Amino acid sequence: MMQEQGIEMFKDKRKSIMNWLMPKLLFLCALVSIGTTVGIVWTLFGETVAFFKQVTVFDFITGTQWTPLIDPRSYGVLPLLLGTFQVTLIACLFAFPIGIASAIYLSEYAPNRVRKVVKPILEVLAGIPTIVLGYFALFFVTPQLQKIFDTMGIFNALSAGICVGIMIIPMISSLSEDAMNAVPKKLREGAFALGATRFEVATQIVFPAALSGIIASFVLAFSRAIGETMIVTVSAGATPKIDINPLDSIQTMTAYIVQVITGDAAHGTIEYQTVYAVGMTLFIITFLLNIVALLIARRYREEY
Amino acid sequence: MEKAIRIDGLNVYYETFHALKNIQIEALPARAITALIGPSGCGKSTFLRTINRMNDLVPGSRVDGKIIINGVDIYDQQVDVEALRKKIGMVFQQPNPFPKSIYDNIAFGPRLHGVTKKSELDEIVESSLRQAALWDEVKDKLKKMAYDISGGQQQRLCIARAIAVNPEILLMDEATSALDPISTIKIEELAQELKSKYTIIMVTHNMHQAARASDHTGFFLNGELVEFATTEQLFSNPGDERTESYITGRFG
Repeated sequence: MMQEQGIEMFKDKRKSIMNWLMPKLLFLCALVSIGTTVGIVWTLFGETVAFFKQVTVFDFITGTQWTPLIDPRSYGVLPLLLGTFQVTLIACLFAFPIGIASAIYLSEYAPNRVRKVVKPILEVLAGIPTIVLGYFALFFVTPQLQKIFDTMGIFNALSAGICVGIMIIPMISSLSEDAMNAVPKKLREGAFALGATRFEVATQIVFPAALSGIIASFVLAFSRAIGETMIVTVSAGATPKIDINPLDSIQTMTAYIVQVITGDAAHGTIEYQTVYAVGMTLFIITFLLNIVALLIARRYREEY
Repeated sequence: MEKAIRIDGLNVYYETFHALKNIQIEALPARAITALIGPSGCGKSTFLRTINRMNDLVPGSRVDGKIIINGVDIYDQQVDVEALRKKIGMVFQQPNPFPKSIYDNIAFGPRLHGVTKKSELDEIVESSLRQAALWDEVKDKLKKMAYDISGGQQQRLCIARAIAVNPEILLMDEATSALDPISTIKIEELAQELKSKYTIIMVTHNMHQAARASDHTGFFLNGELVEFATTEQLFSNPGDERTESYITGRFG
């Protein structure tokens, strides 16, 4: 009797194999994403180096003409950079306030049953294919805006920016709402008990306490906006130029990459390599942004 | 005895649950400590939270009856809830300092209500912390995060924060139940000092605390106020046999 009971306490062979195997399997899965990142950097790196053997980094960064496909050739990335930031800036100016406002509404004001309906609807917006938003910009937003601005071109930065904004709103509102929801109820109660209004609780207690999550949502959204391709390819045009008028056509880095990839630039030519140089630029910008965001979030976080 | 609050036919419902049944208190004394005791779920916390209308925040809650403070029914349509809560401070079961500096925690309330001058805020912060017997311990680290001090200190910080908006009434919802015995004694002593200025109503799970720290005691059971009397009378000569059973430890 005693012996039989004791046996149950010895190691089960199958269980110990699983205990040994599982962490290794999970580690392998984690390795996939790290491996991919390394692979991407490696590919970008090779062709980028080949490009910079022909064009100096200085010319690339400071040049104000981007005409790599036509003579006289010039490889100054500034026009693409400016076009990208113009669209991204418009998108963020449009999406940040709306995204935060809806997050505050959902987290602090909406009754439970409203939130249960509205939040999924907002998230459905995130599932709209960007090509659809591109044509929405081209065939709906632009014609509407042309009624207000009669100098607006068919391809322009403003409509593209607004639609990229629409694309990133769900990301901002959903992630910010999660961050605000995670703020403990007892902090809100403390503020209410001092005579704070709902708005004061939202802006002075919940918002600062959720700031790191909110900043994280901004940065993710910003990165998505910078890297967004389809909307700008369809609706922002293909004229790389230094022009800050949002009613004019521009070209973003991503739209340029599409233009070359879908064209007939042969492997190994400088036209082909420009794509990698531009891609690398995009990669570095996003990478730096993420680091900056991490630092900001760490600096301003109100830990609860 | 000066009376601070009169309760008249108070009923509270959560959805269909009848949480408080026809509560009647002729005179809840001012500038004294009233303790509310009773087993878990008896309605004592609910009662406390009707006094500063924190229950308004609970979806599905409904109140009828009257709570009269300074001659005004606080559930009257005309009453500004934020102004009411400014007059009635609250300290919670868990210390809940804001994730801000010690200074900003105290200054939060006054700032909400329009104090902006630095010198004035400095003064409020110092006097509130002194009243909460915390000044000597934190005066050199006002800029530090409130989470850097101990749990007992945090709770006194929350008391200071409540005092900073100059309330008349202080509600304490099991304010010592998350604290160690030494911090608990400190808070009880603090309450004794504060009662000369504020009307204090404390919910406590701990009968002994009610017996040693309060002047009046109310005993709640199943949503009813069974008995309300001076603490001395309630504990030495209870008028209801349910009270007697509870205080002698036969249930609860």
